[in-house]
Amino acid sequence: MKKDQFILSAIVNNHFGVLTRVSGLFARRGYNIDSLNVGVTENPKYSRMTIIVTGDEYVKEQIVRQLAKLHDVKKVQIMPDDNTVKREHLLIKIKASSERRAEINTAVSIFRGQVVDFHTDSMTVEMTGEPSKVDAFINYCEDFGILELCRSGALAVIRGEESLSIDEEDNE
Amino acid sequence: MKLTGAQIIVETLIEQGCDTVFGYPGGAVLVIYDELYKNSDRIRHIITAHEQGAAHAADGYARVTGKVGVCIATSGPGATNLVTGIANAYLDSTPLVAITGNVPLSLLGRDSFQEVDIAGITMPITKHNYIVKDVRDLANVIREAFKIAKSGRPGPVLIDIPRDVQAASCDFERADVVNKFPYPKTNKQSVEEAVELINSSKRPYIYSGGGVVLADAGETVLELAKKIDAPIGCSMMGLSAISADYKGMLGMTGMHGTYHASRAKQEADLIIAVGVRFSDRATGNISKYSKNAKIIHIDVDSAEIDKNVTTYLGILGNLNDVVKAITDKVEPRQNPEWFAEIEKMKEHAKTPDDYKTKLVPRTIIEKVQEYTTPDTAVATDVGQHQMWTAQYYKFRNPRTFATSGGLGTMGFGMGAAIGSCIGRGEKKTVLFTGDGSFGMNLNELATATSYNLPLVIVVMNNKVLGMVRQWQSLFYGKRYSNTTLNRKTDFVKLAEAFGATGLRATTVEELDKALETAFEIDTPVLIDCHIEMDEMVLPMIPPGGSIDDIIIK
Ligand SMILES: Cc1ncc(C[n+]2csc(CCOP(=O)(O)OP(=O)(O)O)c2C)c(N)n1
Ligand SMILES: [Mg+2]
Repeated sequence: MKKDQFILSAIVNNHFGVLTRVSGLFARRGYNIDSLNVGVTENPKYSRMTIIVTGDEYVKEQIVRQLAKLHDVKKVQIMPDDNTVKREHLLIKIKASSERRAEINTAVSIFRGQVVDFHTDSMTVEMTGEPSKVDAFINYCEDFGILELCRSGALAVIRGEESLSIDEEDNE
Repeated sequence: MKLTGAQIIVETLIEQGCDTVFGYPGGAVLVIYDELYKNSDRIRHIITAHEQGAAHAADGYARVTGKVGVCIATSGPGATNLVTGIANAYLDSTPLVAITGNVPLSLLGRDSFQEVDIAGITMPITKHNYIVKDVRDLANVIREAFKIAKSGRPGPVLIDIPRDVQAASCDFERADVVNKFPYPKTNKQSVEEAVELINSSKRPYIYSGGGVVLADAGETVLELAKKIDAPIGCSMMGLSAISADYKGMLGMTGMHGTYHASRAKQEADLIIAVGVRFSDRATGNISKYSKNAKIIHIDVDSAEIDKNVTTYLGILGNLNDVVKAITDKVEPRQNPEWFAEIEKMKEHAKTPDDYKTKLVPRTIIEKVQEYTTPDTAVATDVGQHQMWTAQYYKFRNPRTFATSGGLGTMGFGMGAAIGSCIGRGEKKTVLFTGDGSFGMNLNELATATSYNLPLVIVVMNNKVLGMVRQWQSLFYGKRYSNTTLNRKTDFVKLAEAFGATGLRATTVEELDKALETAFEIDTPVLIDCHIEMDEMVLPMIPPGGSIDDIIIK
């Protein structure tokens, strides 16, 4: 994570319009979203958003409080940097001339990626890891020539038993 | 019981304690209006001249009654006409439920006739909004809308209902009036801390805002003030919650607040801020704001704490409960030295009494006050006349003041005054408006006369957009760009044409006579008061300035 970056997790109603509400709030108040990921949770009534934000302490506090005010937002939490499992998925298409293929394969295996598509002049690699590892791999690939890339945005859960799940009782 | 969507709307509104709605019919709400027609003995519909008027009326109604205001509009232009009213309610935290019709589900998203995405448009100016796509959700959505509108920090909620959902039917079962969501939990430790801070302060100051009106907590705050012998300054939105008769009441603070209210706030060593949001109009330059004071901020909305001003201690919860808990524990005391200092501050900005014989703003406000009772409600528009009202009118009863604070909406006044009249029955409402603001929504005179409302409209006619002119005078080298209206409108004739009584005052004597007539009549009266265009609202703390930059004369 870069300085001033933090991960925010939110459990929200699994409704149309919720993403607009949340992203609209960020835009309106001038907060920067570095990445945003959303998907349904173990309970189909709710989705979970994982948002990477850049901002100082003030932004951090405000954003949590403002988000918590949205009726569709059921829980919000800043993920503790030192106690969170973070993962991001990457699909990257790189130029792969025959001379450099071996080199690319080595890099892919060191970064624990996988080649998922292969053509005469290009190669698509998938990779999962901490966002910083994804950054590092992308950096490395620049030298080969990146044709396109696609990042999922981070996913994050706290280590251990603690969870963000909604207890139906306390949420009438 | 099987009911149609439209019937469910009417039944659920009634079930939730709503007996009056403001609105305007149209194609996408015909089914609802048909049910309103059939149920007119159970729910009253006030037809305004414009949907904006309906939204402001629902807002004004909610402010004076404490109930949730409800307005209805058709799709497209009807819905967009509500937008200013909804934004106004949002910024002043008025509980409001706005219902709009929309095109049938099958036509949604196809740029159909009179289709707008009103849910999208109002997303940033509502606490929440809904598009109801299934009639089976309708009753619960309306209930939830009421719950959200009135819970915590109140605000507007919009429900968009496609026409075919209004016509579809499903089972309906009556429910109870919804409760509010629980208040945020108050941290007991912080109450203790507050008590200690108050006990050890020398110059405590209570800063009371719109939240105190909304929570009906004026009495509670006053008790605290009396027990610790503290002066009270209000934000504009806080006016009326606490009677001006309290000896420590310093009036309004902020850009156009009284000198002593703002100065005392600056000199205080402890500010107990209750239900305020430290808006820029109230604080001026944040970096110089009350530097000598520790601030205790009590609010129901956690996002307000430390948003604009960094506080020493933030306390969340129901204002009434928190302030009571503090009052119970705090030591009673007297602060004669502090009040002596404040008396000196009052002297500093004293103005001569010679205004009383001239038809100047202050005279008008004070004259009107002579004819009203503490129970009279006052509404305003936006501009100098609004500030003069806030400065000179002595509010004594809670919920007797409806003014557009956060959004500063010219044109709010007529709608709000109508809502106030409807909400208060026979009791009079006075509207202080300006020639500019009145021009924005004077069509609502038609509503006022149709319903024979006990409304006195005082137009403070300076022939200019006075507040903007004032800024041009002070900060733009007197280049009066587009603020000198000098319109040919004859407000007296205009009032008559709408079926109201029109009177004119150019001297104090004429004003007296006009007021005498106005307060004898139970129907709308307009008094066109002519004042000088160069009158200023003073004192004034220039934008971004502090009390040290205050302009007094
Ligand atoms: C809808 C809207 N448009 C513009 C403004 C900007 N504005 C603020 S005060 C004011 C002048 C108001 O004139 P008038 O109603 O005559 O009141 P006065 O200041 O003269 O008492 C204007 C144009 C506003 N507040 N609201
Ligand atoms: Mg004017």
